[in-house]
Amino acid sequence: MIEFTNISKTYRVAKRQAGMKNAVKSFFSREYNDIHALKDVSFTIGDGEMVGYIGPNGAGKSTTIKIMCGVLTPDDGVCVVNGRIPYRERVRHVREIGVVFGQRSQLWWDVPVIDSFDLIRDIYRVEETRYRKNVAELTELLDLGEILKTPVRTLSLGQRMRCEIAASLLHDPDVLFLDEPTIGLDALSKFAVRSFIRRLNTERGTTVVLTTHDMQDIEALTERVLLIGRGQILLDGRLGDLKKQIFGKKIMEIVYQGPLPALHEKMTHVESHPERLTVSFDPEAFPVPAAIAWFAANTELLDVSVTDLSTEELVAALYKEYRL
Amino acid sequence: MKTAFRVYTSMFGIRFNYNLQYRAAVLGAIAKGFCWAMMEILGYLAVYRFGGDALPMDFSSTTAYVWAHQSFIVLFSVVFADTEIYSAIRTGTVVYDLARPVGLYGKWFCESASNRLSFALVNCFPVLILGLLAPAPFKLTLPASSPQLCLFLVSALLAFAVTVAIAMLMYISLFYFISQRGIRIIVRSVTTFFSGGVIPLVFFPESVQQVIRFLPFAAMQNMPLQILCGTITDADAVKGIGFQVFWLTALVFMGQSAMKTATKKVLSLGG
Repeated sequence: MIEFTNISKTYRVAKRQAGMKNAVKSFFSREYNDIHALKDVSFTIGDGEMVGYIGPNGAGKSTTIKIMCGVLTPDDGVCVVNGRIPYRERVRHVREIGVVFGQRSQLWWDVPVIDSFDLIRDIYRVEETRYRKNVAELTELLDLGEILKTPVRTLSLGQRMRCEIAASLLHDPDVLFLDEPTIGLDALSKFAVRSFIRRLNTERGTTVVLTTHDMQDIEALTERVLLIGRGQILLDGRLGDLKKQIFGKKIMEIVYQGPLPALHEKMTHVESHPERLTVSFDPEAFPVPAAIAWFAANTELLDVSVTDLSTEELVAALYKEYRL
Repeated sequence: MKTAFRVYTSMFGIRFNYNLQYRAAVLGAIAKGFCWAMMEILGYLAVYRFGGDALPMDFSSTTAYVWAHQSFIVLFSVVFADTEIYSAIRTGTVVYDLARPVGLYGKWFCESASNRLSFALVNCFPVLILGLLAPAPFKLTLPASSPQLCLFLVSALLAFAVTVAIAMLMYISLFYFISQRGIRIIVRSVTTFFSGGVIPLVFFPESVQQVIRFLPFAAMQNMPLQILCGTITDADAVKGIGFQVFWLTALVFMGQSAMKTATKKVLSLGG
């Protein structure tokens, strides 16, 4: 159970204009900008939930994760994870969580992966039999095999990320925080990572909080989405509901022959090319079969495709709507 | 307690494996230690020819000091290649260190100590053996009495710990500065000079010694090396060890509270 109550965090960042003169000036007196990374943020995440945390760069995602990991202390508000305040009882707290920062590495660069795993075992004081079992299981699920004996520096990014994820799970954490776990991975590796996270959530019941810029991650993994922007939670809900609620429209593209067909009054024109037309409409007011029938009656219809808004487009539209 | 110890031995283990890979660096360090010691000894030889009587240590003691200094140089250098710690602070990977169920001070202290110790274990013996085998006036003579040798070992261990504790203060200061280069240069020159890394502290003028002998740097290599070459003995050596214990406690205490404030206040930006 993760409870975030009225959390605020402000960073102070030195600023200076470009150029020599200003560089010298800033040597003596500095001006600071206050950056409000989080402003009065509250939410609750239940046990066993899998939550996607999205928002543009600099929205405050990593700050949130760092607070939940006990690395950062908020200026205001309270965060409680599994009954503990992470930044007050950091050492005891982190024993029960796993964390992957996709842009950094926790593995020792020049020694085989398994050496790093052994060290993590000792740091978390994982019992030997449990450790062996976990390594065997993770090796199988993440297809690590030979990779474990290879020095980290020679691994590909995809192989390394799988090892990073395994490393964060050796001590059976109840909660797993993933900060951009699929950043820079190829399609195959992304797929492997996603299916593993899904299994982890369903089989072990691990609570997963995931930040990402990859909407396919969100689509494949999370039921619930939190949208953060300018330090505030803007939306909190199920992906499907969001789509329906905000952009409940269907997009229909038709291929036709002859002159441009007239539109039904309940359709909105999106774009048109010669012999190709895209419209949108609300399926509640005007069902899809009616739309197809309308075109069939008014033009020589060759092909029809109906789509929802893609998640990518949804998020892009949301960012636009909230001016992020 | 036993498990806590296991964490640290395990950290040492991975460090040792890590450093052993760099064979060229190890061989280079051994060659450097030997050549540097020879050069210093020849330099001192010239000095002793002209004014040997006026110097506070006799030539064979000075030679012993030089050999031991070069053999254990890694143990007693405040600025040493702890690249992981520097880059952890600079790039923000320190968030991973903070996401571990161990205190950051203890973790870094152990890593830093392991790093020095693993290098020293490989480097020191060849140089020591060469020193012991060198011809008469240039050779390293060990203390004749075994109590003196024991005092040396205890004092060396404390000096090593004091060195790492001072290095820890430097690492913590890096949370507040952007670049580590300048800090490292300043710290390296100050600590080397005042700890007897250039010349033994007894070679300083009396008035200067009045001050520097109370600084924490005097609790570093100067103490064990002086005990080894016999300029500090018996009761004075025990007093010296007490002095080292005092500074070690003070520095660790300062480091731990500084670490607490630093990690609370410091931002970890980017990513």
